Amino acid sequence: MKYLEDFQNPELAAGLLADIRATVTRPWALMEVCGGQTHTIIRQGIDQLLPEEVELIHGPGCPVCVTPLEVIDRALAIAARPEVIFCSFGDMLRVPGSDRDLFRVRSEGGDVRVVYSPLDALKVARENPHREVVFFGIGFETTAPPNAMAVHQARKQGLRNFSMLVSHVRVPPAIEAIMTSPDCRVQGFLAAGHVCSVMGTGEYPELAERHRVPIVVTGFEPLDILEGIRRTVRQLERGEHTVENAYARAVRPEGNPAARAMLEDVFEVADRAWRGIGVIPRSGWRLSPRYRDHDAEYRFDVTGITTREPAQCRSGEVLQGLLKPDQCEAFGTTCTPRTPLGATMVSSEGACAAYYLYRRLSTPAVPREASPVG
Amino acid sequence: MCLAVPGRVVEIAERDGARMAVVDFGGVVKDVCLEYLPDLRVGEYAIVHVGFALQRLDEESARRTLDLFAEIGLLQEEFGDPWEAAAAAVREEQQ
Repeated sequence: MKYLEDFQNPELAAGLLADIRATVTRPWALMEVCGGQTHTIIRQGIDQLLPEEVELIHGPGCPVCVTPLEVIDRALAIAARPEVIFCSFGDMLRVPGSDRDLFRVRSEGGDVRVVYSPLDALKVARENPHREVVFFGIGFETTAPPNAMAVHQARKQGLRNFSMLVSHVRVPPAIEAIMTSPDCRVQGFLAAGHVCSVMGTGEYPELAERHRVPIVVTGFEPLDILEGIRRTVRQLERGEHTVENAYARAVRPEGNPAARAMLEDVFEVADRAWRGIGVIPRSGWRLSPRYRDHDAEYRFDVTGITTREPAQCRSGEVLQGLLKPDQCEAFGTTCTPRTPLGATMVSSEGACAAYYLYRRLSTPAVPREASPVG
Repeated sequence: MCLAVPGRVVEIAERDGARMAVVDFGGVVKDVCLEYLPDLRVGEYAIVHVGFALQRLDEESARRTLDLFAEIGLLQEEFGDPWEAAAAAVREEQQ
């Protein structure tokens, strides 16, 4: 059992919890969309502190987790080429492809480099004019504008040796897919705060109205999450379904207009496959045809690489909120952060990793880790 | 990767054709692109994600978030050496 003393401001947390308890009269299932929120919830034991009527379902908001296996295999094929310097964010290194990961490619001689920012990859391209520099562009609406800027700058600076393998995803179509699934139990959403700091809240009122579901924009700190839950439960109890912004210090209704304009210039909306879930219509971005020169998929002709996902990993069900990580028979036995079956266990934002690291299992299958993944 | 970290702008300069800043994240200093928040000034705080300032933040909430991130090890996760972490994972697997 977790204690309120673990919170930065225990009195405020206690007040929010008391308010949730006083408001709730029947069972409600809420989904937190962002993987960062999932980690806060599990680490602080927020789900265990809530009244039993309030159930939190973990959403698909971990960019590493939802990147399909075939995209990882395409990345590995490009990274293994001798003329290529492959640049990636660090959390992709240990994501398993069909038979290896980027870390293994590097140990086999591939030139794989970790960058903090996509602009670092541009620098690598400037410094290595005779090599092909490829950046692995994954992530949600928060990461897409920085990656779009890198492509835009490459064009502006005439860096012909820079290209990007793009697998960006968008949150609103994922919410749509979850709400239209026949198994859907979600009655309210805690929307991902940082996604909204870029995109604003304009895409949500229509979703909230059509599915009669409250959507509350929520940050990822413990008190932010309690406040998001409080507001969502209050709406549900009153029979309301509006969009509320509980993260106003970082989210303006219009988001970041400059970032949104760059997204529109560099990318175009496209259907995207999500790992374990399948194709969700219009749920992602790809480079627009005007930037095809910088599209690694075409430059290295990897579009033909297609991969079927293994059946033993049930991360697709976890990502849709249909299965809790510890309900999977592989959890903590054949699947651990050291030997992951899927990305939800290896990613620092994955729901399975959060359960493995922080969940106090009543009968732990294996000794718990002391150090974080990633 | 999707979490953004608040930081304080220390210095602003034009570099490689882009508006760039030096930003301090509770002791860790990084280059950050200001193209999406061009009117950010020295001394102000912003939410920064993968080297880009994405939204202004007031000083008090920025400091609170930074303290929390430092306490729970998130700053280490964001700015630590990923090769080291991956290598440690592989070593343990092989044992």
